[in-house]
Amino acid sequence: MSGASVLYDVPGPKAKARNRLYTVIGSLAVLGLIAFVVLRLSAKGQLEPEVWNIFNNAGVRTNIRDGVLTTLQVFAVAAVLSLTLGVLLAVARLSDHKPVRWFATGFIELFRAVPLLITIYALWVILLSNRESLGLTESQPQFWALVIGLTVYNGSVQAEVLRAGIDSVPKGQREAAYALGMSKTQVMTTVLIPQAVRAMLPTIISQLVVTLKDTSLGYIITFEELLFTARLMSTNIIVNGNDTYVPVIIVTGTIYVAMCLVLSALANWIEARGRRAKTGIGVTAAGEPVAATDALEVADAAPGGPADQKG
Amino acid sequence: MNVLLDYLPEFRDGFLGTLAITVSSALLALVLGVLIAGFRVSPIPPLRAFGTAWVTVLRNTPLTLLFLVAFFVVPQILFQGASPFVLATLALGFYTSSFVCEAVRSGINTVPMGQAEAARSLGMTFSQTLRMIVLPQATRTVLPPLSSIFIALTKNSAIAGAFSYSELFNVSKLLNDKGYAIAWIFLWVALAYLIITFTISGLFRLLERRMGVAR
Repeated sequence: MSGASVLYDVPGPKAKARNRLYTVIGSLAVLGLIAFVVLRLSAKGQLEPEVWNIFNNAGVRTNIRDGVLTTLQVFAVAAVLSLTLGVLLAVARLSDHKPVRWFATGFIELFRAVPLLITIYALWVILLSNRESLGLTESQPQFWALVIGLTVYNGSVQAEVLRAGIDSVPKGQREAAYALGMSKTQVMTTVLIPQAVRAMLPTIISQLVVTLKDTSLGYIITFEELLFTARLMSTNIIVNGNDTYVPVIIVTGTIYVAMCLVLSALANWIEARGRRAKTGIGVTAAGEPVAATDALEVADAAPGGPADQKG
Repeated sequence: MNVLLDYLPEFRDGFLGTLAITVSSALLALVLGVLIAGFRVSPIPPLRAFGTAWVTVLRNTPLTLLFLVAFFVVPQILFQGASPFVLATLALGFYTSSFVCEAVRSGINTVPMGQAEAARSLGMTFSQTLRMIVLPQATRTVLPPLSSIFIALTKNSAIAGAFSYSELFNVSKLLNDKGYAIAWIFLWVALAYLIITFTISGLFRLLERRMGVAR
């Protein structure tokens, strides 16, 4: 934030008075906006106590808890699988064998270019039509479509992140390892990948936040995760002749934001820790790649890249 | 192969729909993003707090949830009976604006400190410094991240298809319901998205070359 304070002088008496005026106007504007929203909502009867009382119902609470657990379950499976796939694809893309390299490049580029929703939908259709032969029951086609979709997309992105990390390891490391007589596999697993993971950890976790957010796409293929459960509840529970979209969506939104903030905080903490411990390879800035979920930017964020030269 | 030829009008409409929603929400995101970035570096605390809250909340909310808010909560407050296009633009534009804001803010941070200091010592006010000195120079560093943000926006626009706005995702849904093989539909839709994303990255590369300075 060093750039911010440079943009204006330390306020003198006149500027202080002016800033105070703007402060009042700004606060009034923000408060006015909030008040307007609240008034409109209460005019529609969405802020009545009865409407919010639904959260005292044990069934509603159980539903929300189950939704959160399902979301976390999908996230856990998809996170583990996508990290595994990411490592495999990154190594494949750096392989010495041309066909392997081409396959990995094609795979990564294809699944990064296609919207995740369309991948998930296609997988869902495929799994649904082959339900019997695969032995999937009930909501399992949705679950696996969501998990596999998240895995191929985020795996591709994580592969690019890792590749950027491996490229950022100083050349001398690899040369020294080869000079010691290590094999290709040894160099990759014991020298390059550990350093790449360390350098890229904030970025990897930021991408995991994206994975967590994207589990909500399950809503569209009618998988009963948090968002779908919430939507179903809000349509089914009728209070005062109204559906209960507003309270349910506000509560679900808060839960999502809280879950993502916890993960983001972890990324920021690791980044701060990495910056304190000055051991060779720098740690990337957290949060940057979340912006785009596109590895082009991740490559820029690699240590020593242009993004590191921020004032 | 036949799917594309038989349903060319549908594919064209879907393609144009995706293009329209991408362009409109990109414009909204750009305007809002620059405005909020200005808020975040301004000398006025409540505006700074508002900017921070805006970015934190929007960046950590799933886009699908934002779409639900736009389609079911927003009509209760404003825009009663607005078209899906407007509502989807709102959801996508607001979501993307938080990323644009962060890109612009880090762009502002890369402008050498001396520039802003010189502007200040010439007696320029905060808004003059930002408008005439810092933002024009920040543009150059903001372009590359902006390009990938807009590519992500293109892909995110697929969610609008699930909320009754007709675009490429809707086309793939429609054709699948008609019983065509999903693999072919998937490939053609992927190609359509590739055309848009390549155009965006090409445009931005052009812009970067235009704006680039020999250093």
